[in-house]
Amino acid sequence: MRERPETDIVIIGGGIVGASLAYELAKYQLKVVLLEKEAELSFGVSKSNSGIVHTGFQDDPSSLKARLAVRGNQLYREMARLLDFPFIPTGELVVAFPGEREALEQIKENGERLGIPGLEMVDGKWIRVHEPNLSSEIECALLGPTAAVINPYEVIYAMAENAASNGVKTYCDSEVISITRGSDGWKVKTSNSEYTTRYVMNAAGLSADAISQMAGIRAPRIIPWKGEEFILDRHADRLTKNIIFPIPRKETKGILVIPTVDGNTMIGPTSEEIDDKEDLTTSEAGKEKVLKSIKRIVPCVREEQIIASFAGLRPAIEEDEFYIREEQDGFVNIVGIKSPGLTAAPAIAEYVVDMLAKKMRLSPRQGYIATRRAIPRFRHLGSDERNRLIKEDPGYGEVVCRCELVTKSEIREAIKRGARTLDGIKFRTRSQMGRCHGAFCTMKIMAIMAEELGVPYDRITKRGRGSELVREGHELQAL
Amino acid sequence: MAAAVGAATGGLRRILLLERLPRLGGILNQCIHLGFGLQYFKEELTGTEYAARYKQMVSERDIEVRTSCFVHRITPHREITFVCADGEFAVSAENIVMATGCRERTREMLTVPGTRPAGIFTAGLAQEMVNIYGVMPGKEAVVIGSGDIGLIMARRMTLEGAKVHAVLEILDHLSGLIRNKVQCLDDFGIPLYLQHELLEIMGKDRVEAIRYRNNQTGEEKVLACDTVLFSVGLIPEQDLLIEAGIKPGNGIHLVGNADYIHDYVDAVTREAEKLGKSLT
Repeated sequence: MRERPETDIVIIGGGIVGASLAYELAKYQLKVVLLEKEAELSFGVSKSNSGIVHTGFQDDPSSLKARLAVRGNQLYREMARLLDFPFIPTGELVVAFPGEREALEQIKENGERLGIPGLEMVDGKWIRVHEPNLSSEIECALLGPTAAVINPYEVIYAMAENAASNGVKTYCDSEVISITRGSDGWKVKTSNSEYTTRYVMNAAGLSADAISQMAGIRAPRIIPWKGEEFILDRHADRLTKNIIFPIPRKETKGILVIPTVDGNTMIGPTSEEIDDKEDLTTSEAGKEKVLKSIKRIVPCVREEQIIASFAGLRPAIEEDEFYIREEQDGFVNIVGIKSPGLTAAPAIAEYVVDMLAKKMRLSPRQGYIATRRAIPRFRHLGSDERNRLIKEDPGYGEVVCRCELVTKSEIREAIKRGARTLDGIKFRTRSQMGRCHGAFCTMKIMAIMAEELGVPYDRITKRGRGSELVREGHELQAL
Repeated sequence: MAAAVGAATGGLRRILLLERLPRLGGILNQCIHLGFGLQYFKEELTGTEYAARYKQMVSERDIEVRTSCFVHRITPHREITFVCADGEFAVSAENIVMATGCRERTREMLTVPGTRPAGIFTAGLAQEMVNIYGVMPGKEAVVIGSGDIGLIMARRMTLEGAKVHAVLEILDHLSGLIRNKVQCLDDFGIPLYLQHELLEIMGKDRVEAIRYRNNQTGEEKVLACDTVLFSVGLIPEQDLLIEAGIKPGNGIHLVGNADYIHDYVDAVTREAEKLGKSLT
């Protein structure tokens, strides 16, 4: 008799796709394991995503990715409420310069075919009133009111926390080193453990081709496309209310103006095919390219307003489409999830679960917990709520990050919920993200981590092994 | 502290001194090097000693001190809100003195190209790590910018066993005090390269090297290191006022480095005492 595998589903990759799968699968009576090779969830492709929940109208309306993006957009609204993460319905404008109106009409038609609600052509007069910072040369624009912004990492943590409360086991620092097919299912071996499972879901982003290869399954080759982005000072205020797009070109959606969840404006990304899956450098050339492109749309942007920059890699494949299929009995590839991948992710998870439902009986999880609460953000609370929190826990009265008003208890809570690195704490609390860039709070946060996690300072990292802040053996004895 | 001492000496009552950290003294507490007090106390003190002298002066006067209290809001009507382990409180006053010091410019503000690994610190953060927490930020360091804290930290890191390869300054002259160049660089054989520009930070998880250029000759070089310290200028910390759209005046005062950047703490405390006395 065949032995029943110990796990039903192993998800490889803790980015937005893996977290969406974990969240969706947790609704059913299944044993699910989520594996991430980095120190924390979201630390691969997802953390440097632009954070846009697209309307879906930029893509070919007959494509799977356009369909999933439109559905994903709908799902985020409900999820934001259930999982308590910020979802800012900014809306988007695709702007047209003289001679580009026809292309805009085409996009509108595509959007309408996809059933995207509220699409509207607006003229120059409307633009001058509602988006006064846009170039006066812009003739008209297509307004997509359903576009929004999120913080990708916040959404991932929210989904993973909910999944964990419904029994999903997450393991970080767990790089998959081999996948073999046995009589009792797939054997997935990681750097520190081994799992036997009926299903493997490969959501490994940039490594998805390598993971598929490991199982002996051919999958499209991943071609990293680099994007550099630049964040503007909060004092510069929001440049625009809507996300601003130029007319999209074939390979990308172009260089955008993005009002972020946190009240800054972000400009970018560049788009460049590269060879190195670890190349996260930013460059002068990238900055100049973004500024040149953005100044055409928003002439008042100044280089001095840039306060931070980062780069990310899109896990592109040759074909301009998502590659989602069950390859062999129980091995599901979810490969080439680039833009609008973040938008589509919840719908990708739904799509995969539908595939699964055709093969096995899925019964709803008993005692399913549908919600998750965010870490209280002291900064956003009223005085009564603040005093109530401080009374319960005086750590909420101890400000650690002065720029973003983050308290000691928020840091502690982030650690309780799985933060193990300074970046993990940054993404969960916004500490270190303000105008001092961590100069005042880094050491104070490290002291809290050392206390809560019971580790020495030289084991604390920025984002995982190798990124220690204090050099080993260099704790000074005299002090 | 100096503004409170000045005000109390001048006869003012009902003075509240709010400090965000658990003890008074601010950045002076991590300045364990000499060079403070020659003008004011006529003797050479460490920053920590300088702060201790003032703490003594504060304790001898009728000044209410509350530490671990963080002021996060101020209104044009001179009402402030602060938070501490007892809750959130509002206070109003006839005069508010903002002695909030300054912050350091960072790598992000310079938008230095390259990667974002661990091992990049402002000189002040490195100073806090070494002098307050007793941990070393790295073994092979380069200092970017020739501000005073950078010079002091070049020496401090050397004394704790690190190799400081160079101080790079983009300008054609030193930013900090000559005294600090002599005592912190020359005495320890640390080279200062003027008109040298940082072009790129390299390294995946931890800093591995920097690329820089001699702007006189155009020559570019790569220097292996595990730590980059930035000492590229200070910014007065006025953000509470900026956020509230308040200009100083009408009983709201800026003093010390929160007003403009000073070279000597002695000058800061003189100005603050003078301001304190003028409030009575």
